[in-house]
Order: sequence, then C-alpha cells, then structure tokens
Amino acid sequence: MADDVLAIKGNGHEPSYLEYTGKGKGLKAWITSTDHKRIGILYLVSLLSFYVVGVLFGFLMRLELIAPGRTIMDPQTYNQIFTLHGVIMIFLFVIPGIPAAFGNFFLPILIGAKDVAFPRINLLSWYLFVLGGLLAVLSILLPGGPADTGWTFYIPYSVRSGTNVTYALMAAFVLGFSSILTGLNFVTTVHRLRAPGMSWFKMPLSIWSLYATAWVQVLATPIIGITLLLVAVERWFGVGLFDPALGGDPVLFQHLFWIYSHPAVYIMILPAMGVISEIIPVFARRTIFGYKFIAFSSIGIALFGSLVWAHHMFTVGMSDTAQLVFSLLTFLVAIPSAIKVFNWTATLYKGSIDLAPPLLFALGFIFLFSIGGFTGLFQGTLAVDIQVHDTSFVVAHFHYVMFGGTGFGIFAAMHYWLPKMFGRMYNQKVAKVAFWILFTGFNVLYFPMFIMGWLGMPRRYYDYLPEFHIYHFISTIGSWILITGLIIMFTNLIHSLKKGKIVTEKNIWGGETLEWKVPTPPPLENFEHIPTITEVPYEYKENEEPQMEEVK
Amino acid sequence: MNTEEHTVSHVHRDDIGSRMGMWLFLFTELLLFGGMFFLYSVYRFINTEAFHIAAKELNTLIGCFNTAILLTSSLTMALSITAIQKDKKGLSIFFQLLTILMAFGFLVNKYFEWTTKFHHGIYPGSDTLLSMDSGEILFFGLYYVMTGLHGLHVIIGAVLIGIMTRLTAKGVITKDSFVKLESAGLYWHLVDIIWIFLFPLFYLIT
Repeated sequence: MADDVLAIKGNGHEPSYLEYTGKGKGLKAWITSTDHKRIGILYLVSLLSFYVVGVLFGFLMRLELIAPGRTIMDPQTYNQIFTLHGVIMIFLFVIPGIPAAFGNFFLPILIGAKDVAFPRINLLSWYLFVLGGLLAVLSILLPGGPADTGWTFYIPYSVRSGTNVTYALMAAFVLGFSSILTGLNFVTTVHRLRAPGMSWFKMPLSIWSLYATAWVQVLATPIIGITLLLVAVERWFGVGLFDPALGGDPVLFQHLFWIYSHPAVYIMILPAMGVISEIIPVFARRTIFGYKFIAFSSIGIALFGSLVWAHHMFTVGMSDTAQLVFSLLTFLVAIPSAIKVFNWTATLYKGSIDLAPPLLFALGFIFLFSIGGFTGLFQGTLAVDIQVHDTSFVVAHFHYVMFGGTGFGIFAAMHYWLPKMFGRMYNQKVAKVAFWILFTGFNVLYFPMFIMGWLGMPRRYYDYLPEFHIYHFISTIGSWILITGLIIMFTNLIHSLKKGKIVTEKNIWGGETLEWKVPTPPPLENFEHIPTITEVPYEYKENEEPQMEEVK
Repeated sequence: MNTEEHTVSHVHRDDIGSRMGMWLFLFTELLLFGGMFFLYSVYRFINTEAFHIAAKELNTLIGCFNTAILLTSSLTMALSITAIQKDKKGLSIFFQLLTILMAFGFLVNKYFEWTTKFHHGIYPGSDTLLSMDSGEILFFGLYYVMTGLHGLHVIIGAVLIGIMTRLTAKGVITKDSFVKLESAGLYWHLVDIIWIFLFPLFYLIT
C-alpha cells in the first residue's frame, strides 16, 4: 500500500509539532512559530473566541425580540448589537474560518509539503487578524460606543453616525489584508509545493476548493479594502466621495461593497464544501462520485459568484437590463452548487455508511445548505425579491447557508480533524447528542424567520406587530436549544483535548488522503521524506472493508 | 541530494514562488486602485462638465515634470537589477540610491502642488470647495485621495528600496540571489504605472 511507499517512521521517532517548541517556551513558542500547524491552531483558538462573543450578541438580540416592545435593551443598543454580531461573525469567524484554521493546518499536509510557500507572511496574517480583532474590540470599549450601521456600513448613515464606525471600518480593512495574505500564500503553495506526482487531478477536493477560495480572497478583497478606506477618509477629512450631500452616489458605494461582499459569501462556503467532499467518501467507504465535476464546480462557483453582486440591490432602482442579467447569473451560480450536492449524495448511494460524528455534521450541512440554497433562488427571482427583500426571510436564508452550511462545515471539520491534530479522541456519543440538539435548535431558531419574513417582518427591526409574536417567540426558544447544543459540543471537544482517549494510529477514520499517512499528531515537518503520489485520492475499492477500526 | 533537507534549520528557497507571490500582491494593489478608477469613471460620466472645469486648476507642468521623474526612476531601478546580475555591487547601490532620490524629488513636487492648492483654499471641507459645483467637489476629493494614496505608495516604495540598498551593501542580495531586489523593483514599477494612469486622467484630459 501507499504507506510502504511513504516509508514514514512511526510516532515517537520524531517529535510532534506540539512537542517541538523552537525558540522560547509556552505562549512565546506559539506566537513566534512559523509552523503552519501552530498558526492554524492560533487561528482556530482566536476565531472560536470571537465566535463565542458573536453567539453571545446573537443570543441577546434574540432575547430582546422574544416579545414586542422593550425587553432588555433600548433600540440604540439593539442596533449596535446586531452590527457587532454581523461584523464579528462575518469578518472574524466565517471568512477566516476554514481556510485560516484547517486550511493552514492541512493544506500543506494534503499536498505533501512541509509548510506553506511563505511561512513568515502566514504568521504576519495571523498578527493582522489579531490587530483587526483588537480594533473591533476597541470600537466596543471606546467612548462613542460600537458602530450601529449594520455590518454593511451603508452610506450616508455610516458617514453621519456618531458611533465608532471608523474603528469598525479599520478593523474590517485590516482583516481584509490578513485574508489577502492567506489567499496569496495558498495560491502560491498549491502551484509550487505539490509533492512529486500530485498532478492537479490527484489533489484532494478540499485543495481544489481552498485554491478557488484563495483566488477569490486575492481578487475580491482589495475592492472592499479601498471602499471601506474611502468611507473612513470621508469620515476623517470630510472628503466628498460617496456622501450625496457632496455630490456622491450612495448606490455606487453599494456596488463597490457587494463586489467584494458577495464573492465573500463564496469565500465562506467553498472551503466548507471542500471539507464535506473529504468527509463523505471516508465514511461511505466509496470513491467520490464525479471528482472532476466537484473540482470544476469549485472553480465555477468562484467564477460565477464574482459576477452576481448586484442581486443584493434589486430594489435600489437599477436598469431593467442590469436586473435581468444579475438575476440570470444568480440562477447560474446555483448549478455548480447543485452539482456538488448531487455528487455527494451519489457517493453515499450504496456506500457502507458509518454514521460517525463527522458524517452526521456533513449530512447536516447538506440538508441545511440545500434549504439555504433554494431559498436563495427565491430572492434571485426579481418579482419575489421585491416581496422578501430586507425581511427576516433573507436573514433565515443566509443563516441556513452561512451557519447551517459553513458553521456546520466547521463543526464537521473539528470532529473529523481535531483527533488528528491533538492525538486525542472526543466522546463520540456525546458528539452525536450535541449534533441532534444543535440541528433541532437551528431549525427551531431560523425556520420561523422564513415564515414571518414571507408575511412581511422586516429585518433589523427592534419592535414588531403582535401578529409576528408567535414566530419570534419560537425563534428565541430555538436560540436557547441551539446554544445548549453548542455548549455540549464545545465542552466535549475541549474536554477531549486534555482527558480524551489518546490516539496514536495514523489513520483514525480510514481515510485515503495524505494527512492519514503521517503520525498522529503530525511531526514538525510533516513528512520525513516528501512522498511521491501515484494514486488518485479516495481510492476505495467498492465497499472495501476499512483498514483501521480500532478507535470506533 | 541536499543533505540538509530534513533538518529543522533547512531554509526553503523558491525564486519562482517568491516572484509569483509578488505578482499576486501587485494584482491586489491594482484592484485596490481599480476601485478608485471605477469611482473616477462613474463620477466623470455623471459630471463631465464639472470635471472639465476643475481639471484646469491642476498644474500640468509640475505633473509632466513628475511623470518624467518617475519614468526615469523606473529605468534606474531596472538598471540596478541588471547591475547586480552582472555582479557590480557598487553600481547597483548607486542606481538604487538614485531611484530613492528621484522618489524624494517626486514627493517634494507633490508637496508644493498640494500646498499651492491649500493656499487657494481648495482642500476637503473648505468653504471655497464647498461653494463649488458638486462635480468639482468630487473631482478634488478623488484628486486628493488618489494622488495621496499614490504618494503613500511612493513613500513605501522608497523605504523598500532603502532596505534593499542595505541588504545589497551587506551582501545578502547578490548575483545569485536577487529576487528580493527584483520584487522591490516590481513594486516600484507598479507605483510608476499607476501614476501613468493618474497623470492623464487628472492633468491632461480637461
């Protein structure tokens, strides 16, 4: 088998990346390390910390909406909280999410490299991430209070608001820079550092999706960088750029904003799709169905996804031609997404399915993402969008895609890869219980938003008519169930890092990709000898018995 | 075989990779300015007349002079790379210093250009500017932001070349390893090419 070809020594011969400290000890050994695995973990820890804060704000928001009128906060605080929830979740959790944490850790291993192309720039990107996070925190703490514009910073309010909008803008600007550096690093790494024999079509599918994502990061992020910088300049110096009082055009701001922020949606979802493409064949014990279709659909999503931005603006009064074109392109982008979903389900068909926690989360992804995707088509339809635009229908839609999709993708990745990263296994029963609570809570929380949005409940409103009460009430109950699930899941995972059963097998789940051929946890330089790749990934003989069953 | 390959201290070097990374970075810079060129074209389309009048305020002579300076500095930058390739360390350092000098000259001109406008009362938020047509406010807003950001890039580029000069003097950049100098050069050419677009858009089409 391939293991003999690789000739990797067993664990214990080489220190793992966790043991090797380099210069300095403790925290210093972590924050000065240019090892892609350590940087991945730095990212994972910091973005999960921000996630906890984001969840807290979401919880408060839902609590306020449990009944009409004032419940726990005044309208101004509510505006600031939903802005913070958006800014933190988007810029500090979902966008960096999978590429920065798991991509950093596994991209070099999956292509048979010792590190990324630019390890120091990689560390710099994490420093920038932390700086961006600090700016966001500063905007909360400094007098003036956090921004109340919503995460979209729409003109002219973002120029007029007396809150710390500038700090939030600069936070997003710096985080964009961090994201660009990660993308630049990954593109170069995939081009230059693939192991001998790993041709483009022998790359694991997660690499395809990370590669497509990296291009979007590089090409789309500068636009939002300059746009947010211009808003900041407008606030600092009163330069006339977007403000209609000085001749500017607020709709132009919206175009520039969405030219990045729509592709950003694909920066968020594509890596999660990559994770699902890894997990499905492993737990169905089958070769992935339609490898090339999945690979090219990643590129297709990146390509079409960059051309649909104005579907966020169907109600601002564009020309009919522009509306038609953007609506058509929006429908087209659904095709590659659907190709992926069909191929995943086709892979499962007649597989010997092992319903382990990673697969459960992956199936949760497919189910929730499909709902999110289809409701996206509602909004891509010009006439229907007039009805649902800026209602909680949209909120439900993007939470199904971003949380049900990317969020569950991240959870799936954690359950799939954390044992590999730390060499300890979590309690699988508890993980499954957590999944079902999360899944239930998620649907109870977000599904009522579809209904009330359809009936006309506007998004971002502090107060609402009594007829919407029942939906808001159910939704808030859902948020409690969801958070219970999150607490159980995270407690289980964190507990496992210290007390979990020690795993030393290389191949924990019976996977066929390269990360399962190096010791657990991986040594400092991943491979003692750079492997030569001869097989395509996911080479399962039909319904072959898995080779490693020890852990289960 | 490289015996050092498996030791921790092994230094990975990949000039093609470095160049690729630099080009990707330059793309992002182009897109950064692209956002502003996009704003410029839309606003020019809406306010053709006002842009026409406002452009007359700019000093074409200083603009021409600065264009000449930047183009020449790109030449000296390229020459410094050729010099190091031919192992002429001193000559390379000379050309790099000449490039920095011209960057400085460009900034001095820019300083006088901006301050003259300040004296005429044309700066963001000034009464003179606010009394003008909204198209002219946009023109000068874009003028200050775009040339300002470009000026910032000139400063960054000059600092970068300064670091390269030091590395050349210390013998880090040599005949066989000059990808750092090459990347700094690429960055400098980017600064140049952005100016080549800024100059006609603001100074020449009136």
